[in-house]
Amino acid sequence: MTHSTQNFAKHQTMTSLLDVTDLTVSIPSRFGEFKAVDSVNLSIKAGEIHGLVGESGAGKSTIGAAIIGLLEHPAFIESGSIRLTGEEITNLDDDTYHLLRGNRISMIFQDPQTSLNPLLKISDQLIETIQQHKALDFQAARQLAIELLEETGIESAEQRMDEYPHQFSGGMRQRVVIAMALCTDPELIIADEPTTALDVSVQKQILKLIRELAQQRQVGVILITHDIGVIAEITDNVTVLRNGRIIESGPTIQVLGTPAQDYTRALMAAVPRLDKRIERFVNIVNEDKSIEGEATWTISGASAEHATQWLLTSKTATPTTTDSLKNTTPPILEVNDLSVTFGKKSQWFIKQPGFKALKNVSLSIRRGEVLGIVGESGSGKSTLAKAIVGLVPTSSGDMRFNGQVLPDANARARNHPARRDIQMVFQDPYSSLNNRRTVEAILTEPLTFYGLAKKGPDSKKLVASVLELVEMPQRAMLKYPHQFSGGQRQRIAVARALMARPSFLICDEPTSALDVSIQAQLLNLLKDLQSHFGLTILFISHNLAVVRQMADHVVVLKSGEEIEQSESELFFSSPKAEYSQQLLRETPSLQMVRG
Amino acid sequence: MIAFIARRLMQSVFVMLAVSLLAFTLFRFVGDPVAQMVGQETSIEDQERIRESLGLNDPITTQFTTFATNLATGDFGYSYRTRQPISEMILSRLPATLELGIVSLIISLLVGVPAGIYTALHRGGILANSILITTLIGVSIPTFVIGIFLIFIFGVQLGWLPTFGRGDVVAIGWWKTNFLTIDGLRSLLLPALTLGVYQLTLTMRLVRSEMQDVMKSDFIKFATARGINKRSIHFNHALRNTLVPVITIIGLQFGGVIAFSIVTESVFQWPGMGLLFLDSIRYVDIPVMSVYLVLIALMFVVINLIVDLLYAVIDPRVRNRAAK
Repeated sequence: MTHSTQNFAKHQTMTSLLDVTDLTVSIPSRFGEFKAVDSVNLSIKAGEIHGLVGESGAGKSTIGAAIIGLLEHPAFIESGSIRLTGEEITNLDDDTYHLLRGNRISMIFQDPQTSLNPLLKISDQLIETIQQHKALDFQAARQLAIELLEETGIESAEQRMDEYPHQFSGGMRQRVVIAMALCTDPELIIADEPTTALDVSVQKQILKLIRELAQQRQVGVILITHDIGVIAEITDNVTVLRNGRIIESGPTIQVLGTPAQDYTRALMAAVPRLDKRIERFVNIVNEDKSIEGEATWTISGASAEHATQWLLTSKTATPTTTDSLKNTTPPILEVNDLSVTFGKKSQWFIKQPGFKALKNVSLSIRRGEVLGIVGESGSGKSTLAKAIVGLVPTSSGDMRFNGQVLPDANARARNHPARRDIQMVFQDPYSSLNNRRTVEAILTEPLTFYGLAKKGPDSKKLVASVLELVEMPQRAMLKYPHQFSGGQRQRIAVARALMARPSFLICDEPTSALDVSIQAQLLNLLKDLQSHFGLTILFISHNLAVVRQMADHVVVLKSGEEIEQSESELFFSSPKAEYSQQLLRETPSLQMVRG
Repeated sequence: MIAFIARRLMQSVFVMLAVSLLAFTLFRFVGDPVAQMVGQETSIEDQERIRESLGLNDPITTQFTTFATNLATGDFGYSYRTRQPISEMILSRLPATLELGIVSLIISLLVGVPAGIYTALHRGGILANSILITTLIGVSIPTFVIGIFLIFIFGVQLGWLPTFGRGDVVAIGWWKTNFLTIDGLRSLLLPALTLGVYQLTLTMRLVRSEMQDVMKSDFIKFATARGINKRSIHFNHALRNTLVPVITIIGLQFGGVIAFSIVTESVFQWPGMGLLFLDSIRYVDIPVMSVYLVLIALMFVVINLIVDLLYAVIDPRVRNRAAK
């Protein structure tokens, strides 16, 4: 037993493992100091998993960074104290702190793709860490590394440890990261969104592993996440944060079971439910206060009604409600036996058979319907979307749009009518808008490109009106994308799709980069647009709960193959395929609160 | 891996063919070769005879094939100016330039890489800032001014180092080297320093910016959180990840130094390829110029191939991709 664990055993009865009192972290800026964390108190016992939950800007990662002494310049601890087994560790000098890191406090990062050094073997990285903290020779360190990898569930660890990080899958890599965080017997582990980048089934396993390790090794774990489902599934206690302050704190079962604060209740209500479909989400917050008061800047004649009128006068959009349309009209899009192969080439000496991303997928969507596509990463969801929208060529099968043959990416002309009629909203609103163009320029482009309006007063009026329709102030058109938050940007992305007057919208994970409250707002918006304009939507998501809220029909994909296709409510109440059942079982939800 | 190299060699052949076509065009169509070869007294008939004997009346494709075949077999033809075989001229000049280039590269790496790491890790420090400013002056001043400046201080005022020529050289076969005599090494110092200053600055700034990016990455944060010591984080984890872009630039630069060390060679009267090229331009010695062009292209192709292979040595991901 090392000195520190003895120390810890001595303290266990007297005091908790980690005590954070009145912690305030400030970030100086041009406009004075911004308090990223404001008077936060935390107390964690050995073997406890303590969740920190909140939306972006809540300060949860900053707390983690402050505890391990890795606050990024210029952030600094303004006041308060952090004590590890009773010892004050706030404002230790960097070298002393460095002795704590890895040794007594360790950290697990969000993305296993980036948290391992890509150029060094797993074994080198593990052994280096072990030898840093323990006086072991190379062979003993290697042996310990093998044991740790086995403990975290890596099979044939002895052979695999001499591989490089890129040779492991995402879930396996996160296991390696956990082994690395554990290899020095730390007393406290800070896990910052440890499963956010993983598929649900892998997430489930990793959470289980963290739970087991916390219990067996009596390690305290601070689990930082935005996902209330994860909190419900694994934590003992939870602290809800908002804008750097604690909203509510206590045993998970109590906080999530009978929330005392409005914000906690609202946050939970905004989480899409897997167990039932709700027509609309509760709106928690006004996204951004800075844009209020800008409503006075308007373009004369521009209004949401104008946009509605304009969108409805198009030939393809049908002004009837969706209900009357369902089951009566012919399919707007039919996909038959579609396959997509990547990387197939025969060049000089090399013949590559290629990778089949999509294998003989067939589906059809009626006008005004929402078709949900679900599946884990690598299931071909996005490939399907790109094939339909005409971004990747197909290798076999055919598509029909409005009864007409829809050529694939190579054969579809730039001026093919489907290029306008099918529009896409991408996952990441930070990279899908050109940061060097104003919102007006971004939104005017579809109008002029498809010849829907001439640039000038008409286009200005339409841009302002459509912005209004997606619940953005008209003045937004004067700004650049980087001046908006993620949710606002995604609204702009939706507006851009609408500018083309499409009848078919493809949303590829439109909310997975957003906070739950913002996700709720955007899903509400999509529902409204869909019911007003009879839009047909292909809705892609890895999040089954979100799909349940949106879709009329569901298609499940796995490794490019179609597993199941069913009417949505039927699917969620009684999935037929075993894989679908497994997916539903593994999705974390609020019902899993630990007893 | 072998397939990868084979593919790269194929591509190289195409590059070389394209360059030799360019060199051929230069040789054949910039001025009349015969008019440049003969004196004013040569009669039209004699000129015609020379033209016929040189094959200049053959179809263009035949001429190019002959030209390319000759180049590929090492038959570079004769200089208009000296009437010597070009291969001999180049072989006698090549070692001087290569040695100069290598020494300047070593100087730039020995100083540039550590300085880059230092300035990346001590951002805003006094020493880091002074290094940055000094090297900025270094790139802003043209090479020949630096050369003359060095000659003035170390050659004229202090009299420590010779200011022109290669000094004493030792011949190993056809290769005459500076490395084996004190005088040779002393002669090498000033021109190598002059040539190295610019590379040094670029290497340093590149290492610095790459290093700063890498230090922000998650795996460095994770390594810090695991308590890995700073020296290992900086030199083992971070530096290795900065090498891929740094090697690309250093490779291209090394090519550039060898190909275009003309200014430095002329300031120091260094009897290398650059000086040869300069003389060829002065006397419109087109055969030498076109051979020079082809050789320089060959050198760039080889350097790029080496750089690509180095990628695979450094980065296991490239190794895997290449193996497929």
